Amino acid sequence: MFKLLLRRILLGGLTVAIVSLIIFGAVEMLPGDACTALLRQDAQGDTLRVCREELGLDKPATSRYLDWMAGAVKGDFGLTAHRNKEVSELVGDRLKNSLLLGLCALALGVPLAFALGIAAALKRDRWLDLIVSSLAIAAMTIPEFVSATLLILVFSGWLSWLPGIVTASANAPVSAFFPQIILPVVVLAMVMTAHILRTVRSSMLEVLDSDYVRMATLKGVPYRRMILRHVLPNALLPAINVVALTVAWLLGGVVVIETVFNYPGLGRLMVGAISDRDLGLVQAIALIVSTVYVLVNLSADILSLLANPRLRTSLGRSH
Amino acid sequence: MRSIFQILKEVAARPSGAIGLVLVLLHILIAVGSPWVVPYDFKAISALDILTPPDAKHWFGTDQMGRDVLTRTLLGGREALLVTAIATPMAVFWGGLLGIYLGLAGGRRDDIIMRVVDAFLSLPWILKMLLLIVTFGNGIHVLIPTLAFFYGIPVIRIARAAAHTVVARDYVLAARARGEKRITIIRRELLPNVLDALMVEGAMRWSWMLLAFSSLSFLGFGVSPPTPDWGLMVADSRTFLPLAPWAGLFPIVFLSSLIIGINMLADALAKTLGVDRAQKAPI
Repeated sequence: MFKLLLRRILLGGLTVAIVSLIIFGAVEMLPGDACTALLRQDAQGDTLRVCREELGLDKPATSRYLDWMAGAVKGDFGLTAHRNKEVSELVGDRLKNSLLLGLCALALGVPLAFALGIAAALKRDRWLDLIVSSLAIAAMTIPEFVSATLLILVFSGWLSWLPGIVTASANAPVSAFFPQIILPVVVLAMVMTAHILRTVRSSMLEVLDSDYVRMATLKGVPYRRMILRHVLPNALLPAINVVALTVAWLLGGVVVIETVFNYPGLGRLMVGAISDRDLGLVQAIALIVSTVYVLVNLSADILSLLANPRLRTSLGRSH
Repeated sequence: MRSIFQILKEVAARPSGAIGLVLVLLHILIAVGSPWVVPYDFKAISALDILTPPDAKHWFGTDQMGRDVLTRTLLGGREALLVTAIATPMAVFWGGLLGIYLGLAGGRRDDIIMRVVDAFLSLPWILKMLLLIVTFGNGIHVLIPTLAFFYGIPVIRIARAAAHTVVARDYVLAARARGEKRITIIRRELLPNVLDALMVEGAMRWSWMLLAFSSLSFLGFGVSPPTPDWGLMVADSRTFLPLAPWAGLFPIVFLSSLIIGINMLADALAKTLGVDRAQKAPI
């Protein structure tokens, strides 16, 4: 058990290490570096050489990678391309805002997803199931910018109930984001709910079809008791991992949602950094985002290991 | 093994499959035929017809530059359909092949590559795509390989898992015992059995790719103006939306109906082939 946990943690660390190599390698391969971005048309001859020496860009790639990682572990990502701000300071506020958006969406979406998924599975192939399942597919596959635009049109444009755009600045206190955050949270929660709901439903159906549930029914276990004691615990545990996997998908959608609503989060910062070719900032954001993803998945793995004794043996073998 | 036509026939026999097939075929027809039927030039600006509501002259109204929305909506899916229709088979092909190979080979190579796959999957799709597009430009010669590459990575997982379930069966063991070459085993024994999962996966990848492509266009990293594109049209219309909803709503209806059609098709395909698509990880 302890060995298995350790193995999971090491694998998570390895994934982050590979990600850091991919990010560093990809940015290395891009044309231009921090100095050409900083100097623009003056980037030639001696000026360029002096700048590269100052920023340590003349060192070999391996030692620059190690320096970068050593800084990253301490939370120090250097300065932005325009040299006027600490990357970590810029990223800190945005990360907090994105987490606020994500956590609000989780708080709204997860209970809803579980309730709807369970209801759809229990009413399988009836009208409730058909409606819930079709809505889920629509919410999953319609691009976020479409649902966001429609919601803004209806609730902000026509009904004037909610603000359609976020005006709070990046370092504003949490309270400043309400009620502006409501529409972005709803769009994000819609996508998340759909993903989780589908897994909950199919995992419920699998358990409902299993031999031990049929046995319990034949033995005359009351319906309520059977669902609560036999079906739900076995069906809902696998869903924990899907909630975690959904996070990676959502991180992509968050970028679009933040742009649509002008939300000062990490995603919009990333789009800006990529357009500006601020490679140091892009590297930092990519590393942070993938670390968050790995951490969420790791905690989901550990949670399901603790909750489900069967995984302790089978996971160790098959992975 | 059933032929493509048999499968299509069975898909069309389901209500969701029939609707999906009609929607997708309609969109393909529009994409191919629209240049000959559109009433106006897609980039013809008219200062007199700015944001006019739908009428007999302009059925879908005009946008903020006085361009005909019907013309632009009909033409707006061409790039998206072309790019995704080429990139989807490419993604399924390379991801599927590598996944099957890894499922068969196992061992250290499998471990190492799957770690790299995990690392790629832990980065949000938009970051990976944007980095490449900003470096190499946003022409379709960049978008097609980029989409094919990144959307092939999750296919590796699906194909590997599907191959894993087949690889321990008796007929594969028998082929190995006969001393067949690995490529023969892949082609004769594994592929037919993994193909079902890959076909459903391909249909779903297609709809994800459309989502990615139109989102990129919406953000301004996809199709360049003045070429009409649904994502771009929605982005342009946002400021005037309460005033002139037609400029944004028609492209939304077209894009959504295509995506919903593909998904209904994928759903019917999954049911026909007996593949449970809800079991798949969402990425």
